[in-house]
Amino acid sequence: MNGFGVLLKRELAMAWNRGGGPAVALAFNVCAVTLLPLASGGSLDKLKLLAPGFSWVALALASLLSLERLFERDYEDGALDLLALGPAPLELVAVAKCLAQWVCTGIPLAVFAPIAATALGADLALAPLTFLCALIGGIGFAFVGGVGAAVSLGARAGGVLIAVIVLPLFTPLAIFGGGAIASLAMGLDWRPGLLFLSAYSLLFLALGPFAMAMACRNALS
Amino acid sequence: MIREVRVENLALMRGDRLLFQGLDFSLNAGQAISLVGRNGAGKTSLLRAIAGFLRPWEGAIAFEGETGPLEPEDARSRGLHMAGHQDGLKASRSAETEFLFQARWTGASEAGIAKAREALDLDVLFDLEVRKLSAGQRRRLSLGRLLASQRPLWLLDEPLAPLDVDHRRAFGALMAEHLANGGMILAAVHDPLPIDTDTLDLGGLGGLDQDQDLGEDRA
Amino acid sequence: MITVLANPQRFLAFSRVAAPILGALAAILAAAALWTGWSAPDDYQQGATVRLMFIHVPAAITGMLIYGCLAGSAFFGLVFRHLLADAAARAAAPLGAAVTLLGLITGSFWGRPMWGAWWVWDARLTSYLILFLFFVGYMALQASIDDETKADRASGILAMVGVIMLPIVHYSVLWWNSLHQGETIFAPGGPKASAVYLTPLFLMWAAYSLGFGALWMVRIRGEIWRRRAQALAVQGAR
Repeated sequence: MNGFGVLLKRELAMAWNRGGGPAVALAFNVCAVTLLPLASGGSLDKLKLLAPGFSWVALALASLLSLERLFERDYEDGALDLLALGPAPLELVAVAKCLAQWVCTGIPLAVFAPIAATALGADLALAPLTFLCALIGGIGFAFVGGVGAAVSLGARAGGVLIAVIVLPLFTPLAIFGGGAIASLAMGLDWRPGLLFLSAYSLLFLALGPFAMAMACRNALS
Repeated sequence: MIREVRVENLALMRGDRLLFQGLDFSLNAGQAISLVGRNGAGKTSLLRAIAGFLRPWEGAIAFEGETGPLEPEDARSRGLHMAGHQDGLKASRSAETEFLFQARWTGASEAGIAKAREALDLDVLFDLEVRKLSAGQRRRLSLGRLLASQRPLWLLDEPLAPLDVDHRRAFGALMAEHLANGGMILAAVHDPLPIDTDTLDLGGLGGLDQDQDLGEDRA
Repeated sequence: MITVLANPQRFLAFSRVAAPILGALAAILAAAALWTGWSAPDDYQQGATVRLMFIHVPAAITGMLIYGCLAGSAFFGLVFRHLLADAAARAAAPLGAAVTLLGLITGSFWGRPMWGAWWVWDARLTSYLILFLFFVGYMALQASIDDETKADRASGILAMVGVIMLPIVHYSVLWWNSLHQGETIFAPGGPKASAVYLTPLFLMWAAYSLGFGALWMVRIRGEIWRRRAQALAVQGAR
């Protein structure tokens, strides 16, 4: 799939720069994580309980940051026309974009997630699972976000609109991922949560591109 | 691969507006048609409909290959180039990477890329970022893929507008070469193209001759 | 029946008669529900507040029903590109949002005496909240795209994604609840489902549904006329 390879390379390069790339997403995450102890009075015990959950919320919000530009820039300057007339169908184009988003934003955020959680007081023992959940959840965030971005092509008030559309769909990711980590913290079986998280992410990986391609074609018409 | 494009009884809508209806024409290998009409007559919409972006309200668009009818999706993803008003170039990237992407994405061979670079004099632009290029230079860059990747059908929307006289002439020669090789051109224009073409007037005041006779081969 | 009604003229003729009839029926059923609800005995646990259940539960169920109708209409609109289907989906959204919001508010009021708090992350309530957000997202998306046809299609795609995701979301909330051994106040069986409670519940649900049917038809009529007026205005401006 030579065409797909060419596109993926390009999308990776663009995602690295898009919306400030990983640097901005990480900075946002740091700010969010700093706010929690400051806002809640800083009692270590309370923070410890909230830490994994809150680092998930920060992860979800940071994933939203560069979503608006995922399709929008190509749509505005006519590149989406070109992408639609290429060797790979629009569905694969969508896959390339979301994968690139995950690599450039999702993976750095996943690396940072256990750091954030530990900084907030979570047990170090939770770190590997936090990383794994953030990594897999990142795929979900990227592809769910992609659906939101594609569907909002051509709409006004892009960023906030995408958030409103996408956050309800993020809930299972937050629940399963946070639930897996919380289970581990309570000494229960963490595997169901992780499995559900993976299933949801993979579901969007598989079906999301169809919705995104349909939405792109709608916007191009 | 595409030898003929046939438009039958086509009607197009834009939002709530019916642009035109009952449009019949065919475009054969070696033929070029200039699309004229006042603004809003539907020139761009017709091009986009043939490219598959716009759904016909009525009628059909068919592609014929050498051995018979072609699947529209196949024909469009491998057989046509569309060069619209916009260039699809990313401002912050270098001209070279953008050209190479556009060429490779549309399936250009290295030989084709080299040919395009030479014919359109693109090397001088390569080190610059796209945002540093003038409109004419950007247009040259984005037209490069038409030469680099061999695709028979060219759908052009005001292709030469930003180019200067020399480059217009040069591109005119390239268009003639494309037609001689069995290619087809459908171009929406306000000014005449530097090659001989038939004319299709989409209603209203036309810019070129009012010749309504189509299918007349002036080759 | 759907194919018969798909013609806008026939739909207008049908709904002119059907909507008032449904509305009247809904009003009668609502009155009956309220009367039987009022005369039902107090629950031994919840006391008089059990009566809020007669408003809350049907509202919540109808909210889901309306989302189904919206998604169904959107599906027809996407696949068959039928303008009436698009109009129906557009018309159903605010009704769904309003009913779901009513379900949420009454749920909160109902729970307050029991939980001591205005809100609890019960599985059902949380799912209703997310359903409400889906409605809001759908309406926000439609409102933000200027081209109506594109807006209908984009929000239709969103509705399809939502309808597939909603059961998953609900399941995830249930799972989360089981993790925390939270109180499922609104347990699947519901509070004591004795016949004396079932009657007003059912009557109220029927009232909500018929009322929705009537209002939906009225709104679709409004949509049809709005689009016609717009088309005329566009033509007149030329």
